[in-house]
Amino acid sequence: MIHGRNAGAVEVEQPRLNDVPPTAADAAALDRTWRDPPGLLGWLSAVNHKAIGIRFIVTAFGFFVAGGLLAAVMRLQLATPQNRLVGPDLYNQLFTMHGTTMMFLFAVPVMQAVSVYLVPLMIGARSLAFPRLNAFAYWIYLFGGLMLYAAFVLNIGPDAGWFSYVPLAGPEYSAGKRADFWAQLVTFTELSALLEAIILITTVFKLRAPGMSLNRIPLFVWAMLVTAFMVMFAMPAVMVASGMLILDRLVATHFFNPGEGGDALLWQHLFWFFGHPEVYLIFIPGLGFVSAIIPTFARRPIFGYSAMVLALIATAFLAFGLWVHHMFATNLPELGKSFFTAVSLLIAIPSAVQIFCWIATLWTGRLNFRVPLLFVLAFFFILVLGGLTGLMLAMVPLDLQAHDTYFVVAHLHYVLIGGAVFPLFGAVYYWYPKFTGRLMSEQLGRWNFWLFFIGFNMTFFPMHLLGLVGMPRRVYTYPAGMGWDTMNLIASIGAATIAASVVLFLVNVWRSRLQGAPAGANPWGAGTLEWSTASPPHPGNFVAVPIVYGREPLWDPRRDPTHVAGLAVTHREVLLTTVLDAEPDNRTVFPQPTIWPFASAVATTALFVGSIFTPWAVVWMLLPVTIALIGWFWPDRKENREHLVLERRP
Amino acid sequence: MRLHNEAAMERLKEAQARVRQRGAALDVSELPSYGFSHRSLMWWGTLGLMAIEGTVFALGVAAYFYLRSHVDRWPPSGLPPDLVWGTLNVAILLLSTWPNHWVKRVAERHDLRSVRIGLVVCLAFSVAFLTVRVLEFGSLNIRWDEDAYGSVVWLLLGLHTFHLLADTVDTTVLTVLMYTGPLEGTRFVDVSENALYWYFVVWSWVPIYAVIYLVPRYI
Repeated sequence: MIHGRNAGAVEVEQPRLNDVPPTAADAAALDRTWRDPPGLLGWLSAVNHKAIGIRFIVTAFGFFVAGGLLAAVMRLQLATPQNRLVGPDLYNQLFTMHGTTMMFLFAVPVMQAVSVYLVPLMIGARSLAFPRLNAFAYWIYLFGGLMLYAAFVLNIGPDAGWFSYVPLAGPEYSAGKRADFWAQLVTFTELSALLEAIILITTVFKLRAPGMSLNRIPLFVWAMLVTAFMVMFAMPAVMVASGMLILDRLVATHFFNPGEGGDALLWQHLFWFFGHPEVYLIFIPGLGFVSAIIPTFARRPIFGYSAMVLALIATAFLAFGLWVHHMFATNLPELGKSFFTAVSLLIAIPSAVQIFCWIATLWTGRLNFRVPLLFVLAFFFILVLGGLTGLMLAMVPLDLQAHDTYFVVAHLHYVLIGGAVFPLFGAVYYWYPKFTGRLMSEQLGRWNFWLFFIGFNMTFFPMHLLGLVGMPRRVYTYPAGMGWDTMNLIASIGAATIAASVVLFLVNVWRSRLQGAPAGANPWGAGTLEWSTASPPHPGNFVAVPIVYGREPLWDPRRDPTHVAGLAVTHREVLLTTVLDAEPDNRTVFPQPTIWPFASAVATTALFVGSIFTPWAVVWMLLPVTIALIGWFWPDRKENREHLVLERRP
Repeated sequence: MRLHNEAAMERLKEAQARVRQRGAALDVSELPSYGFSHRSLMWWGTLGLMAIEGTVFALGVAAYFYLRSHVDRWPPSGLPPDLVWGTLNVAILLLSTWPNHWVKRVAERHDLRSVRIGLVVCLAFSVAFLTVRVLEFGSLNIRWDEDAYGSVVWLLLGLHTFHLLADTVDTTVLTVLMYTGPLEGTRFVDVSENALYWYFVVWSWVPIYAVIYLVPRYI
């Protein structure tokens, strides 16, 4: 358009536009266009959302297993009174690493990881928005997690609890670098999560298939959209907090030092302003899984779609008004605490709306009791129990009694494992055929489910009682004869049962990859768009972009036009649609795979890790980061010529 | 200008009207290959970044007032920051919205010559601002490690400076690119979004200025 258009046009392949119905040549060209390059360099340059999504999911489950092993050591230690297996220092690191891993490296990332893979498929898009940024977010997450475990192996693992309270984590009481590794891990994971939030919001708003107006997007996509918005407003708080912590430790600022006008409670406010929404960042995607699985296995559309969406949004808003209920044991005004009690109780309303809608869907459906549905039914059971203890803990007087006891540990595991991990396992069974083209074994799945369900309740139910009889959390051992021995032993046996069920799960995932029954495009007879394409999907997701007329496009009668024509199959061209009604708006060409996101992530990692040891790392390492980012953004001449061929000015 | 925008809207409507059905196919080949403002992905990305960074600034300001509420005398040392350089920077930033607004408009008109000139002017403003910013740090009358007040003031000013630095690097790269190429239509979208981000840097400075310089004097 500006210069060199004609000069360039000679060497550039002329675009081929797709047709409807698509031809085999279209499909082959699309595969070539959207495939990630081969080889190690190609692997490091990959930007396809499915490749990144699978890596993200596998990495997150890797950290889940690592965090689970840490928990297993803790349960082994607590199985008998006065056990000498683990000393107090290692035990502090164990529970800190366990909590940090599960919250920062597993629960939030795994939800984003699943959505990285699924959201484009569910909304009829060829890719996520900003595919290179998506790759960068993955590498940053991976490097952050590896840094934390490297520190742990070197005996500099964080040991001040997953919420790293000051003054314990401050310069006076935590000498050495342990707390710094914790603070920088937060920087890594939150950077990754924030970028993913931007990517997801942009994708959902602008890349939906024509006709998929906002009131037709799958509820899982709604859940991830709401989650992404929450991430944007919650996670900055913990980044600010951990930034202040590392500044206090590294360059002697006084944010949390009461001797110089600082305040320890500032940490708690900032941390829980993030920390409470964090619970919902984990839980809301879980609700999304449930809302995706139930209609398929009840064989009817969800009951009360609009009420479900409004309930999700209401939950997200309320989640920001709850943080002080983690601080009832501090010297805050009683009136303020009453407000937070009230908001905590209000959460029950949108939660109940959703539960009633699911029950109505199940009640009026024809149920198909496969493994994903089992996990969803267990979710109801466990979540309701966890929700009820939540209502109890929202009362200030009861909270003061139960604060820092195993009652809280029981509550949070009921909510998080029941609310997120059970639906997540159901989701893996549900979408595994889409990821791999093969079904997971139903029989192993049932063993996996029942062992997990029984093991979970054996582990965590006794913890309610342990808390009520006074066992504090985070103690590395306890004397015999306190009345705690039997319940601790039961909990440890339960933990072993969970471990066995996770092993079965991993075996099932591994074996089904090659030996599972071939799934075909839509093994469950589901209604959403990801099931309309091959399993596993083509590199470009859809041979032709579908046009949507309802909430379950695959259950709706066929209407013309059915697909989009006129998008290049020889270029990474995608269609952008309007935010509300998803009307076709403009086209754009997505960038090619490149090594720069990986290089930028390496440079950023060097900066973050370096800054643990000297503030000057921030200054010196900014240079390679800047160079890498410029390399990333600088347009490639060949790509530029390709874009010009397709260019049409607005 | 308004006329121009309306003309652009018209062209867009025409383009959309060119989406046509052929049997089972919806042909979109006549659609434009990029769009400005909320039509572009970059706009949404920039908006997301602004939301996140706006939250960071808001939390920094909240922390400032939280610490303020814990002591009687503010600043504890009694000496507020000198007004001169900070106030000068407010003036520079407010003035800089003019070239930024202009470069955004000419970018949307695909006027390459004006975009090049406009970007250089914008860059000159950024450099002027950054230079005065160095003097600002010197006129705070407190170090970050003296007390919590000093820490939070340095945090606020540091955070804002970081954004400024990032946008200056960004503008520099874009300016060079607009001179050297390779160019295509979406580069004009980038220029437009770069100006949008600059507005954010400017309008976040106004409240932060008020907090750093006026609160210790008047509240």
